[in-house]
Amino acid sequence: MEFTEDQILRYSRHIILPEVGGDGQEKLLNAKVVLVGAGGLGSPVGYYLAAAGVGTIGVIDNDRVEMSNLQRQIAHNTKRLGVLKADSAKETYETLNHDVTVVTHKERLTSANIKDIIKDYDIVVDGSDNFPTRYLVNDACVMLKKTLISAAVFRFEGQLMSIYPGDGPCYRCLFEVPPPAGMVPSCQEAGILGAVTGVVGTLQATEVVKAILGIGVPLKGKLLLWNALDMSFRTVKVPRNRECPVCGEHPTIKELIDYEQFCSMSH
Amino acid sequence: MGDDIKADKTIDIRGQVCPYTFVRSKLAIEKMNVGEVLEIILDHKPAVENVPKSMENEGQKVMKVEQTGEKEWHIIVRKDKEKKKS
Repeated sequence: MEFTEDQILRYSRHIILPEVGGDGQEKLLNAKVVLVGAGGLGSPVGYYLAAAGVGTIGVIDNDRVEMSNLQRQIAHNTKRLGVLKADSAKETYETLNHDVTVVTHKERLTSANIKDIIKDYDIVVDGSDNFPTRYLVNDACVMLKKTLISAAVFRFEGQLMSIYPGDGPCYRCLFEVPPPAGMVPSCQEAGILGAVTGVVGTLQATEVVKAILGIGVPLKGKLLLWNALDMSFRTVKVPRNRECPVCGEHPTIKELIDYEQFCSMSH
Repeated sequence: MGDDIKADKTIDIRGQVCPYTFVRSKLAIEKMNVGEVLEIILDHKPAVENVPKSMENEGQKVMKVEQTGEKEWHIIVRKDKEKKKS
């Protein structure tokens, strides 16, 4: 492709990198990435992907911007209170970079709609805040063989794992089933330091960009754990589970599961 | 110019400054085949050192750097390395 004058300027610091170059930038412009959630994690992921010129960014979220979100969810702002987060994120990202098209999916992910929503994207980014969605996204990505960059945050901690279905473990290889309802605090009970979501979301965005460019070593078969108070990073090896119910040799999960329907987690 | 080296492609980036001198040179050489020769005409003095250095860092062969005017230089680079396709 021929870059426009603006694109040469905008992406010059990418193009200079030997690992990126003009052809790498072209891959970014052609990439399609979908964000599950435009909250604490999704906000910075989308922001950096938009800045990087990822051409198509899907945003799945059916919540509206609330005052309590603004301590960490940097895609939104005070003027957008009450606006759907997907619309707010679209405005933010497309204003940052006109090369980016943000596709909004203003619905809650379920077993019925998830495959249709994610099927046209290359990479799925999970920044969801609840276990039913996390397992639904994992299972759908395994079934559709979509690269999944999964992250989570809690208080002063974050974790990150890149899932390449068929090549390395999935989320269920690590934690086979969701914790029972009541064992985990709901999002409304959990505190989170705003900047922690920024760090983990930015790590997540970095894994996405690496995956698009095919550079470096992906965080595959490994779980990265970060503690902000100790400022310590740890990487734990995660083996693939041959008996994993979804990605193992004898899968027992062949249809997607809507966990909330029978474990009624509080929101 | 010329002598015995014939350029397959010439870019005139007079008026451009760092880092865009290298950015534009790199974009040009990316589109060429290994063995082909790129001629870069520029007038930004720091780029006369920076562009050849950066080209060599990326594995390309700088064949000649020549001052052709009070504020004009020609840099001749042969493409030796294709970026690894992922």
